[in-house]
Amino acid sequence: MNTHAIRAIYLFEMARTFRTLMQSILSPVISTSLYFVVFGSAIGSRMTEVEGIRYGAFIIPGLTMLSLLNESISNASFGIYMPRFSGTIYEVLSAPISYVEIVCGYVGAAATKSILLGTIILLTARLFVPYHIAHPLWMAAFLVLTSVTFSLFGFMIGLWADGFEKLQIVPMLIVTPLTFLGGSFYSINMLPPFWQRITLVNPVVYLVSGFRWSFYDVSDVSVEISMGMTLVFLVLCLLTVRWLVKSGYRLKT
Amino acid sequence: MQSVISVKNLTKTYASGLKALDNVNLEIRRGEIFALLGPNGAGKTTLISVICGIANPTSGTVLADGHDIVKDFRAARSAIGLVPQELSTDMFETVWATVTFSRGLFGKGKDPAHIEKVLRELSLWDKRDNKIMTLSGGMKRRVLIAKALSHEPRILFLDEPTAGVDVELRRDMWKMVRSLRDTGVTIILTTHYIEEAEQMADRIGVISKGKIILVEEKTALMEKLGKKQLILDVQHPLERVPEALAPYGLERSDDGLQLIFTFHAAHDRSKIAALLRELAELGIDFTDLQTRESSLEDIFVSLVSERS
Repeated sequence: MNTHAIRAIYLFEMARTFRTLMQSILSPVISTSLYFVVFGSAIGSRMTEVEGIRYGAFIIPGLTMLSLLNESISNASFGIYMPRFSGTIYEVLSAPISYVEIVCGYVGAAATKSILLGTIILLTARLFVPYHIAHPLWMAAFLVLTSVTFSLFGFMIGLWADGFEKLQIVPMLIVTPLTFLGGSFYSINMLPPFWQRITLVNPVVYLVSGFRWSFYDVSDVSVEISMGMTLVFLVLCLLTVRWLVKSGYRLKT
Repeated sequence: MQSVISVKNLTKTYASGLKALDNVNLEIRRGEIFALLGPNGAGKTTLISVICGIANPTSGTVLADGHDIVKDFRAARSAIGLVPQELSTDMFETVWATVTFSRGLFGKGKDPAHIEKVLRELSLWDKRDNKIMTLSGGMKRRVLIAKALSHEPRILFLDEPTAGVDVELRRDMWKMVRSLRDTGVTIILTTHYIEEAEQMADRIGVISKGKIILVEEKTALMEKLGKKQLILDVQHPLERVPEALAPYGLERSDDGLQLIFTFHAAHDRSKIAALLRELAELGIDFTDLQTRESSLEDIFVSLVSERS
């Protein structure tokens, strides 16, 4: 295995994050903090508890997940799209590096950034809203698996996109609405039975539910199903990325 | 001599149906400078892209440094450095960072001393902390060369290395290429500048419409295909070339004041004396004479036009 190459890509991508600290870290942290200020401290104090949890604390897992999904997709899609756009991808393709190693470098860096971001958001949330983590290991597992899965998904988008607009389409038009409708701000038990059943088609429900369970021991679906679905998404993304990269889709002629 | 690149029956057809390479066979010798000439769209960059792993071959095999580029791609690619035609750089990175990145990408551990050596040789040392976006086009080209040399390749591909660079930089690059060859690196360059091939190459290959139409030692090629012209300025205008001089195939200038004798440099030298004697016998005096040798460019144009 060409570990030097994986390390080179990983460090290169991480360096890009630290070079654009405002955009990569501060911006999502500030915008998520604003949610905590508005829904947690300001409006949240006037709202009733959900599932026995203060509203401000209830939305922390969902908001963290919202940032995690968007940033994982954004980091990974931009990471692979930029060299394609600028033409520097020639160097990666001509290097003695396998497809698996290319994905490890780019997706590893994107997932690391998301985990870092998720951790900072959780620490920042503590400044505004008191909360506790009932199952820290499960929380870490959901954080890591979701970051890796959606970084893989972002990598696919980065391969597919042939313009900057397409990089934004999936996160803006699909992922954000699914996250908002996936129980980030409410429990799906609050919905009428028909909409509860419809909501279960939304994959983000399982991620938010499992993540929230790791904090407060309450969930919309059982944690085993949440973890199972997360692993299913991970495997699906892995297989699709493997197929795309191995076939040289939009990388090689 | 041992081949460092061996291309056998290589064909590349793009999804559009364009056959960019058509059953190409080519052997590049270890340690030589090989110039690949060809008009735009001839297949030069496609050939390099396939050898370097950027494009997939449709059929055929390529061995680089004895390793199959598909089955044993790691060993094959480790031996190769590529300087692409386009100035594709990470514009927000510093020179040092991007060259160090390239070394890692090719599986080599950190070696600041080697990176420093490469940057100094390319007059980039003073720019090592500059972002690439602040560099001139010529300097960016040097950065691409530094990236290609960062992992100490044994084979170096230079795809149009001096396109758009000034004369001074071009001369510097030629010097650098020769010094690399002296260290045992095999250089394959594609160029539009015939002068470049003429100055630098040991052997020349000509590609046209995806086919290699000629591979020859540069000196032998010029010897074999090179033509010379003897141009005689005559004292009085001639209305036509005298019948007696017909065997020489002379051309007459429009004003009748020049006779042009085209001969093959290797075989027809003896005819010059005979021609001059016959001119004297016919009473045609001349005031001046000059010779002109065909350049590699003339040879190239004639070869490509013959094929088309």
